Amino acid sequence: MSSASARSHVGSGAVSRWSLRILGLGFLALLLAAPLVIIFTETFKDGISPPLDAITSENGLHALKLSLLMVAIAVPLNTIFGVVCAILLVRHKWKGNAVIDAVINLPFALSPIVIGLALYLLYSTNGGWFGPTLAEAGIEVLFSVPGMVLASIFVSLPFVVRETVPVLQEIGTEQEQAASTLGANGWQTFWRITLPSIRWGVAYGVVLTTARVLGEFGAVTIVSGSISGETETLPIFVQKQFDAFNEPGAYGASLLLALLALMTLLAMNLLKRKEDA
Amino acid sequence: MEANPAALPNSAAPRAGIRLPGVGTGIGRGYVVLYLSLIVLIPLAALVDESLSSGLGHFWDQVTTPQAIRSLKLTLGASLIVVAINAVFGTIIAWLLVRDEFPGKGAVNAIIDLPFALPTIVASLTLLALYGADSPFGVNIAFTRTAVVVALLFVTLPFVVRAVQPLLIEMDREMEEAAASLGASGFTIFRRIIFPNLLPGLAAGVALAFARALGEFGSVLIFAGGLPDTQVSSVFIRTQVESGNLPGAAAVSMVLLFASLLCLAAISLIQRWGSRHERSTGGGLVMPMAGEMPDDEKGADDELR
Repeated sequence: MSSASARSHVGSGAVSRWSLRILGLGFLALLLAAPLVIIFTETFKDGISPPLDAITSENGLHALKLSLLMVAIAVPLNTIFGVVCAILLVRHKWKGNAVIDAVINLPFALSPIVIGLALYLLYSTNGGWFGPTLAEAGIEVLFSVPGMVLASIFVSLPFVVRETVPVLQEIGTEQEQAASTLGANGWQTFWRITLPSIRWGVAYGVVLTTARVLGEFGAVTIVSGSISGETETLPIFVQKQFDAFNEPGAYGASLLLALLALMTLLAMNLLKRKEDA
Repeated sequence: MEANPAALPNSAAPRAGIRLPGVGTGIGRGYVVLYLSLIVLIPLAALVDESLSSGLGHFWDQVTTPQAIRSLKLTLGASLIVVAINAVFGTIIAWLLVRDEFPGKGAVNAIIDLPFALPTIVASLTLLALYGADSPFGVNIAFTRTAVVVALLFVTLPFVVRAVQPLLIEMDREMEEAAASLGASGFTIFRRIIFPNLLPGLAAGVALAFARALGEFGSVLIFAGGLPDTQVSSVFIRTQVESGNLPGAAAVSMVLLFASLLCLAAISLIQRWGSRHERSTGGGLVMPMAGEMPDDEKGADDELR
């Protein structure tokens, strides 16, 4: 009753309501919906085989594998770090927390190109701080997988921390206290009480981390050298195919990435509902 | 109110809580500090070192080359335009999602986060197909400054929506009803009651979107290209890396790094200012995509004191 009457106040006139709808939804249609539609139409413009051939080509499959490898390494590392760091920030007072909090936000605000360049300079065999020493030990970081993994970890670092902190604050410590009063040790309390309470928040963070790692282009492209068939992830593959005027290849890989993005959105929605429940 | 974690008594009393394993000890802290140092801080220190390695004078020369200045101006100008447009449309969209009812609202709400999920290079490719030479709408803006703006509009769209939306949901409607019963028009109610309440979230969302726009690379690359006229700073940095001018790349990167730090400081100030108001700030650096989740950091701040 009250909500219905309030609703009628702002944008009360049918005219203003409809103009807001047209403006807002029109903006979304042109900026978000149309791109999503055109990926499909462009990909299958000449049938299903050109994009399929491109993805299943040797380089395409290699790019897919490499992208999955990035996810397989970066996501678990950032998830463990994220949970530990969130517990530290919320449950344990320390004067260093303010600094940690600030550093964690950096990857959100930094250009991926700047991140890539920072890693490039650090691991360059030509005068980087770490590069020459690692090269002597036979470890290649730049233009190979380790550098790309480091870039992926950097750009996706904040998500799990940021999604876990508010949930930890919200659940409070009552249950944890009860558990420890009943004789549970720290680990038991963590596994049986804390983790189950924060799982949807953590899962939401994991989904965002995965999406970011799969889609990262700028930072990885700087450190990878974009060597075809060697250091190409799917987004780099898209760009290289486009540069080589192989549109079916670029769109085929794009469609794959877009489908993964849609799955991400779906997962985000399901998890949000779980969280609210 | 109950949505504000800071209001929960338990979160304000962490000292009484149990110490979860490991993380409270030196090992936990050491791990976090080491991880952040290896991943974030040492690489950034290497960047600072490289940019200043030939002295401040040389650094300044690199930042003030005509191309560098041009790219920085374009980046700043485009980001300001984009943030202004998205502040308006973001607020309208958030309002539609919270206060309006229309078929397909759930789907619209879900698609808002698309720019967070879709790789930027894919966005660039599709924007080129939509608004390039073969545009189905007959609009060809590829490789122009307008293309830079459109690409940045795409990637920064969710920030304002997701920062404003939770504030609109939480907002007490009694004041609006009172104003309406006193004869205030819809626009007056928005200007005098709704807008001031949304301002902290709007400001935080705008600051985040601005930071993102300043550093954006992938979505601009294919659609706007790297022509001298459309080269944003991140694209400029990459051309410098490719041509072997690392000091030049590092110098412009330092400008972007500094801008990022300013944005983060601004967001932190906005949050403090917002939390002094009754309601939580909403957006902020707890990702706005968390949507309806209460995400005021006030609780964490309290613990730090």
